[in-house]
Amino acid sequence: MDLNILWFVLIAVLYIGFFVLEGFDFGVGILLPFLGKDDKNRRLIINTIGPHWDGNEVWLLTAGGATFAAFPHWYATFFSGFYLALFLLLLALIIRGVAFEFRSKDDHPKWRALWDWCIFIGSFLPALLLGVAFANLLRGVPIDDSMNYVGGFWNLLNPYALVGGLSSVALFTLHGAVYLSLKTSDDLMARSRKVANQLWLPAVILPGIFFVWTYFSPQGYARLGIDPGMIPLVAGAAMLLSGYFLRKKQEGWAFGMTAVSIIFAVATIFLMLFPRVMVSSLSETFSLTIYNASSSPYTLKVMSIIAITLVPIVLVYQGWSYWVFRQRLTHQSELEY
Amino acid sequence: MDVTILARLQFAVTTIYHFFFVPLTLGLSVLVAIMETLYVRTNKDVYRKMTKFWGKLFIINFAMGVVTGIVQEFQFGMNWSEYSRFVGDIFGAPLAIEALAAFFLESTFLGIWIFGWDKLSKKQHASAMWLVAFASNLSALWILIANSFMQQPVGYVLNNGRAEMTDFFAVILNPNIWTQFPHVFISGLATGSFFILGISAYHLLRDKKFADMFTRSFQIAAAIGIIATIGVIMTGHSQAQHMVQTQPMKMAAAEALWESEDPAAMSLLTIGNEKERRDVFAIRIPSALSLLAYDQLTGEVRGINDLQAEYEQTYGPGDYVPPVAISYWSFRLMVGIGTLMLIAVGYALLLAMGEQLEEKPRFMKAFVWFIPLPFIAISSGWILTEVGRFPWIVFGLMKIDGATSPNVTPGMLLTTLIGFTLVYGVLMVADIYLLLKYAKNPEFTDIVEMESSAAPAVSIVGE
Repeated sequence: MDLNILWFVLIAVLYIGFFVLEGFDFGVGILLPFLGKDDKNRRLIINTIGPHWDGNEVWLLTAGGATFAAFPHWYATFFSGFYLALFLLLLALIIRGVAFEFRSKDDHPKWRALWDWCIFIGSFLPALLLGVAFANLLRGVPIDDSMNYVGGFWNLLNPYALVGGLSSVALFTLHGAVYLSLKTSDDLMARSRKVANQLWLPAVILPGIFFVWTYFSPQGYARLGIDPGMIPLVAGAAMLLSGYFLRKKQEGWAFGMTAVSIIFAVATIFLMLFPRVMVSSLSETFSLTIYNASSSPYTLKVMSIIAITLVPIVLVYQGWSYWVFRQRLTHQSELEY
Repeated sequence: MDVTILARLQFAVTTIYHFFFVPLTLGLSVLVAIMETLYVRTNKDVYRKMTKFWGKLFIINFAMGVVTGIVQEFQFGMNWSEYSRFVGDIFGAPLAIEALAAFFLESTFLGIWIFGWDKLSKKQHASAMWLVAFASNLSALWILIANSFMQQPVGYVLNNGRAEMTDFFAVILNPNIWTQFPHVFISGLATGSFFILGISAYHLLRDKKFADMFTRSFQIAAAIGIIATIGVIMTGHSQAQHMVQTQPMKMAAAEALWESEDPAAMSLLTIGNEKERRDVFAIRIPSALSLLAYDQLTGEVRGINDLQAEYEQTYGPGDYVPPVAISYWSFRLMVGIGTLMLIAVGYALLLAMGEQLEEKPRFMKAFVWFIPLPFIAISSGWILTEVGRFPWIVFGLMKIDGATSPNVTPGMLLTTLIGFTLVYGVLMVADIYLLLKYAKNPEFTDIVEMESSAAPAVSIVGE
């Protein structure tokens, strides 16, 4: 395996980590106005992700940084091309992060309502935009012979990509509902369970439509990189199993299954891209690949040593932080947010 | 307006704004960690209160630094894609390492620190803040390694139409970083110290309710502040000397030095005509610039005209003179405020040693007004560092013109510029509101209610 492939895999792993972890805290943010009947409940909901959301978000930052380091042309083309979408993503992440920290530090109802809206929009919009962005990566976008995106903003909002965006919203919201049912107690837990059961169907159907569309569309399956084989089916099977466990009220297993589903769905997308990182819809020869978009062999080597050293350490202490805060929150819990 | 100007304006707005929050994070994290360590060591309640109170202000400030930092990582690709393609092989590495080594550590352990008061032992909890302090300053190191490549490119070769890394250790051991990082690290401590001095002074003047806590805070901040302020000046001095060697044009612009001189005089006040490159009015101290540059009274410091001629020969025709007025005044603002800070913190130390803080000594109120000083000085310093590099985005290798994204239109840039400015403006109001609220009312932090339940925290180990 050459280092270009290793870095493609590493970036896929970073995005998988990001979607599995930030996926549920996006979901929690989306569910905030629906499950948070009163202020106490809203605080409980936010506090379930309180210690984690920032660390989860770093997975995205690291994916961005790793793309810059390993595939500078991918970074440059993607960020300058998906310009306004990323601008909206940035604004959403900005108001969201500040809202977590600020909302409970003043008890004026309007102050709190304002930041609660920021949490909702700041969670919903990134979940949607990232789904749209990845669908467009699969579909291919107009990239010219000098690796520049020439499509504009509205080009990204095609029906196929919108279904992709709605799929990720549905998936993350379900993932978040299951997480909430794991981390809360009493009435809030009961309502989280109920919502999770209601969300299960759309979270199966929307990604299902997206998959079938991808399979039959001339832009998708016909031009795929590696045949993902059984991998998307594993994602689908995990979704079905999560429904089974939800009905059995085994949230731990259900959460595991939604996580597995996200892992295999993202893996499918990366397999279908490989070895391309940005597919040009103008000409296959204009596509960016892990070879023509990459850094020099020397930089890849240096970065490989660093990443392989650091990633396991990160996993250990982030895992430990989930262990520290493993308990369910109750109405008696001390709430920081 | 053209794309380059808008992209530069956006970088200036978002970066200066981001860097309002960062120095306080860098410094206050260390100071809070010191306070909590004192609490662990002595078990005195005053240190627990201090940790809680300053920790709360730290968190409010931290959130803003984090979210505005995401913009920084994205905008190289969004607005400066040609630059990103040209330097990505080198510049991307420290950014990725910053995220991997520092951001994960910082965010995870801050989460543990904020939410873990009753879940960790006291020692573990204090260690979490030390890790946050370490990681914050580590992230500063890596981003400055990236910036140092722009100031003084090393460890690269031009290949495939871009700069490619040939020596990772040369890049991270860039001589520029070892004058720049200490300056940034210590100025963070100075920022934190002035923040604590100002707020403590406010409370000591007002009432005696929390006198013990704010007396102790004032003393610690004065002690660390004096060391930090002297350190900032010394490291600033070595940075200026390094600048004379590596970017003489920046120094010439910062001094409005039109012609080379030996010995070189330093400007005390110059009103110049930038177009005709001449002084309209100037008071200058003979030999002082040579002294600054070489620690001796003689030595040539090169002027703008000479350097322009030399650069035209080396790099071809073009304008190699940075905006002189901006460079000149930002340099003076930074140095002037630095001097004022030294006097102020010297006086603070005298007060702190005299143990008469509760007697409301003279000029105590001034410390409240001194809180913004480090922020202004630091912004001025960065304006000089970045504007003074004109016309280069990477010194000697790539010019600012042509570094932007070719597919981004002025309309798009204007949209994002206005969007960021508006959102940042509103957030600044909310942030200052909360900082003032919590700074003025220590009772809003749970330091009082905790008093009764101050039982030792249970360790989760072995649970």
